[in-house]
Amino acid sequence: MSTITFEDVGRSFDSVAALKNVNLHVRDKEFVVIVGPSGCGKTTCLRMAAGLDFPSSGVVRVGNREVVAPGPDRAVVFQQFALFPWKSVYDNVDFGLRNKGVPTAERADRIAAVLKVMSLEGYERSFPHQLSGGMQQRVAIARAYVLDPAVLLMDEPFGALDAQTRVLMQEELVRLARVNPRTVLFITHGVEEAVYLADRVAVMTSRPGCIKEIIDVRSIREAERWNSLPRIEDVMDLESFVHLRTTIWKSLREEKTEEQH
Amino acid sequence: MRARPAAGPSNVEILVLGVAGLAVFFGLWAALSGFGLVPPRFLPSPAAVAQRMFFLLDHPFASATLPLHVLSSLGRYALGFLLAAAIGVPLGLFMGWYGLLDDIVSPVFNALRFIAPIAWVPFAALWFGTGIGGPIMVIFTGAFPPCLINAYRGARFVDVKFLEAAQTLGASNLRIILEVLLPASIPSIVSGLRVGAGLGWQSLVGAELIVAASGVGYMMVQGQSAVSTPTVLSGMIAIGMVGYCVDLVLREVEALTRRRRGVV
Repeated sequence: MSTITFEDVGRSFDSVAALKNVNLHVRDKEFVVIVGPSGCGKTTCLRMAAGLDFPSSGVVRVGNREVVAPGPDRAVVFQQFALFPWKSVYDNVDFGLRNKGVPTAERADRIAAVLKVMSLEGYERSFPHQLSGGMQQRVAIARAYVLDPAVLLMDEPFGALDAQTRVLMQEELVRLARVNPRTVLFITHGVEEAVYLADRVAVMTSRPGCIKEIIDVRSIREAERWNSLPRIEDVMDLESFVHLRTTIWKSLREEKTEEQH
Repeated sequence: MRARPAAGPSNVEILVLGVAGLAVFFGLWAALSGFGLVPPRFLPSPAAVAQRMFFLLDHPFASATLPLHVLSSLGRYALGFLLAAAIGVPLGLFMGWYGLLDDIVSPVFNALRFIAPIAWVPFAALWFGTGIGGPIMVIFTGAFPPCLINAYRGARFVDVKFLEAAQTLGASNLRIILEVLLPASIPSIVSGLRVGAGLGWQSLVGAELIVAASGVGYMMVQGQSAVSTPTVLSGMIAIGMVGYCVDLVLREVEALTRRRRGVV
């Protein structure tokens, strides 16, 4: 059972409150997307689940254990990919497996499998700087998926991609989530992306951020059979999608962004 | 100084300019000694020095020919420099990762590094003898600080996203040092090795003042005793030329590492 729980989490930077009273529970194998105005502390939430940052008050738990350090049970896909530029695609993906002490033969099989899923076959020996942005992000996702992590933490993973590539990656992610569901916490400021990907969308207030409301997408998606439509633009045309998008967009509009302070 | 224009001089032009600079240098030198402005006893003419250098190529002075003195110096230098790199680079990387080690080592190191290599000569001789150990220690004291400092700075300024990625992928401290800090710092380390190699080679003459039997520095000291200024200048020119070649090679290595990284 891999759940993520934020219990009354607060976080201050130099005595300025960035987050206060954040309460959120991500269920096992649930895909939760956090949206919020820029500067609201959504990335900080994800970093605390990853063990890269720690609450000033309250507690963050993953699978009922308090988070005290980073670890390969919670794979992170960073906004800026953070691929090791000195390692080939293969070695980047291999890095976490070696750290876990997986035997060589098994590593080769798992890497081959994940590169196939991410359509990266034939690029094993390429270096990140030789790849396009979309391919780099696929490597970053492969590097996380290959560990078969119980929890996947994604911080605006498609933010740096062009619109076309982003759509392909979003469709890919939905497919992966269907084939191999994981507990996912996904950060974005794109409302459409949130509605398309999420089981539930959590809307955050502006700083100091807390969870303003949580909107259930999954029940509507299943009732309206979104999954029967393979392409994202078909889903986005559905009335049920437009309605959810508008609801979340209005909720978000009420919050000031960092730029307006 | 003016910046070079975007369409700078071509390689041929650079070569021509370099040769022109050398010609002016040797021309001035020849003029100073040739017109009797400075007596040859103080400044021998370039021709006299060139003649002496060619003579020393196959005639021993101070018990060896010039090439053998150079080889002997290079061997000693290589040992001192490699020792400095072998200790300085790992120590710098570890200091860049472990704050406690940094806090302990930095004050001592930052005071010691201002002591010129030549100042270590008496103790180098006392502790490690005038055979192989003493000179190596003097070269070491010259080459060591840049090796350490650049590895340390490289490690400290590694983009934190790589460190966080490594940690979330479950990497141990040792693996982070070897597979993240080290490769990320390679450009900085190579620059440090280049500077260290230069300072090490500069320290050579000081080192060889205390060597009994061979080396370019030793040959120069013997030349001084024999009041043979052309011999001393031959040694100086040999030091300059070899140092230049060593630097050229390391500069090429530096450019290569940058190109391979896709930085340039």
